[in-house]
Amino acid sequence: MSQHTTQPAAAGSPPQGEPPTSALDLAEEFLDRTTPLSRIRNTLHRYPAISPAIVLVLAVIVFGLLNDRFLNPANLSLITQQVAVVGTLAVAQTLIILTAGIDLSVGAVMVLSSMVIAQTTVQAGLPAPLGLFLGLVVGLGAGALNGFLVTRLKLPPFIVTLGTLNIFVALTLLYSGGATVRGAEMPELLTWTGATFNVLGVNFTVGVIMMLLLYVVVAFILAKTAWGRHVYAVGDDPESARLAGIRVNRVLMSVYLAAGAILAIGAWIQIGRTNAASPNAGVDLNLDSITAVVIGGTSLFGGRGTVWGTLLGALIVGVFRNGLSLAGLDVLWQTFAVGVLIIVAVSVDQWIRKVRK
Amino acid sequence: MTDTIASDAAATAPGESRTPILRARRLVKTFGRVVGLDGVSLELYPGEVLAVIGDNGAGKSTLIKCLTGAEVPDEGEIFLDGRQVHFKRPQDARAAGIETVYQNLAVSPALDVASNLFLGREERRKGLLGSVFRVVDQKGMRHKAKAELTALGISTLQDVTVPVENLSGGQRQAVAVARAAAFGSKVVVLDEPTAALGVRESNQVLELIRNLRDRGIPVILISHNMPHVFDVADRIHVQRLGKRAATITPQTHSMTDAVAIMTGAARA
Repeated sequence: MSQHTTQPAAAGSPPQGEPPTSALDLAEEFLDRTTPLSRIRNTLHRYPAISPAIVLVLAVIVFGLLNDRFLNPANLSLITQQVAVVGTLAVAQTLIILTAGIDLSVGAVMVLSSMVIAQTTVQAGLPAPLGLFLGLVVGLGAGALNGFLVTRLKLPPFIVTLGTLNIFVALTLLYSGGATVRGAEMPELLTWTGATFNVLGVNFTVGVIMMLLLYVVVAFILAKTAWGRHVYAVGDDPESARLAGIRVNRVLMSVYLAAGAILAIGAWIQIGRTNAASPNAGVDLNLDSITAVVIGGTSLFGGRGTVWGTLLGALIVGVFRNGLSLAGLDVLWQTFAVGVLIIVAVSVDQWIRKVRK
Repeated sequence: MTDTIASDAAATAPGESRTPILRARRLVKTFGRVVGLDGVSLELYPGEVLAVIGDNGAGKSTLIKCLTGAEVPDEGEIFLDGRQVHFKRPQDARAAGIETVYQNLAVSPALDVASNLFLGREERRKGLLGSVFRVVDQKGMRHKAKAELTALGISTLQDVTVPVENLSGGQRQAVAVARAAAFGSKVVVLDEPTAALGVRESNQVLELIRNLRDRGIPVILISHNMPHVFDVADRIHVQRLGKRAATITPQTHSMTDAVAIMTGAARA
């Protein structure tokens, strides 16, 4: 220290005389050094569905060991049915989160759509396919409203859907008068999604199969079409996407519309699952769908994630809730466990994103 | 004004018989009471690197924005390949063959190199898969991306399946430049391509610019960095106070001369 003060020139000159390139090389070598841990991180970064897959497999093994009823085909069937509605909503949520948005209104839109389907067929006596079509129109209309507010008024998706969440909840109660429509009153087509059939000793409902088909279709579109790439590009960096010639607002609008259509399918599955259309159902489905997406490894910052991860995330939540309840724990511990899962999942995501730049 | 014409003639003397591929005549652009461009002309000849330099507020970016469709000039004409063009938005200029690499690098970090090269103009599979199911031709695009990078002499980027966020700044710039140069573009405009790069990476990008020129693609280079400009440019368009102060060449003028013209300390 004293040397610096007495001989500032001599102390300062050697670093300046050094050629800058060698320092640069050293720095780059330092950055390039890979450790086993950083390689794991790079792999997880490239295939974000790996970590939820590991968690699901471990959870199934642990709960299977804890209680032999867990792996019972009837119990596994129950888990898939419990996951069907959230899993469907989570597909819509994944699309929106991939664009760096968030949709708090998914549950409310789904319930509104299910009430419209039920009321128009039961009270107004319209044919069931027309009722389902009107439910689809409601879903698309809600998506169009959210999309319009996000793309035209440039409002943050969180605020937009917080607002529309309240609007749709109020509309649902106003429209239905708070009354539940029972499945027995409905045409068979509406509750068809609750019908079960047996595959290799395990009962599946039509709703579960519809949900799985939805995953296949959306995964295919995201991975294989230009639109899918544009969804990722818009979520990644909207300005870059715009400069690359992508019509960002059009992509965003189409994502909200697609989400709305998926929510209408969710409404149909919900009617079959609960054998009713209730205006009070699915209040917290918005948060459950976000939970599935986040645990599935999709980044809330957009541009990263897959629907397969979301399916795994939804199954993880289902398996934890079911396994913990079979283990005889209080239902509150299920909620506790889901909370821990979310925080762990987001921490892992943050860690993965610190990949070498 | 006579000075400008004289120096123009000197600068274009060897290629006087050639016709410019891109030509702007007397462009005027005002923003309210601020005059951005005050009758600026510019000529870009086939197979050359034309640098555009100028102090802040000299009208470089406005000039480039007019040429690439990001702004519409109030007056003046733009000719591409001898035909007059009217760009209303950047997509128009791109469709006509003018590709721009923006300062902030229009790449999507999470997508891989090949996907970025084809972003916004993905190619679809042949047959029903492509026409009905709109499936993109991933394999074909990767193959073409690799060929394009090789043709441009970008040796540091052999794996086109790597996400762009795993690349260094120079490699990202290479991806952005490769995207501009691909797809049979007529003119490539680079806005401050070396501004954020280190010494070695800057050299790679300058090499890339020379490669582009050698492949016959004329380049407009906007830069603040005089050594870089004098390193690669064939001619240098100097903007000053919304006008073209001069067009010089690295052979006839020194860097000091260029800065003097830029700042108004000397006339060309």
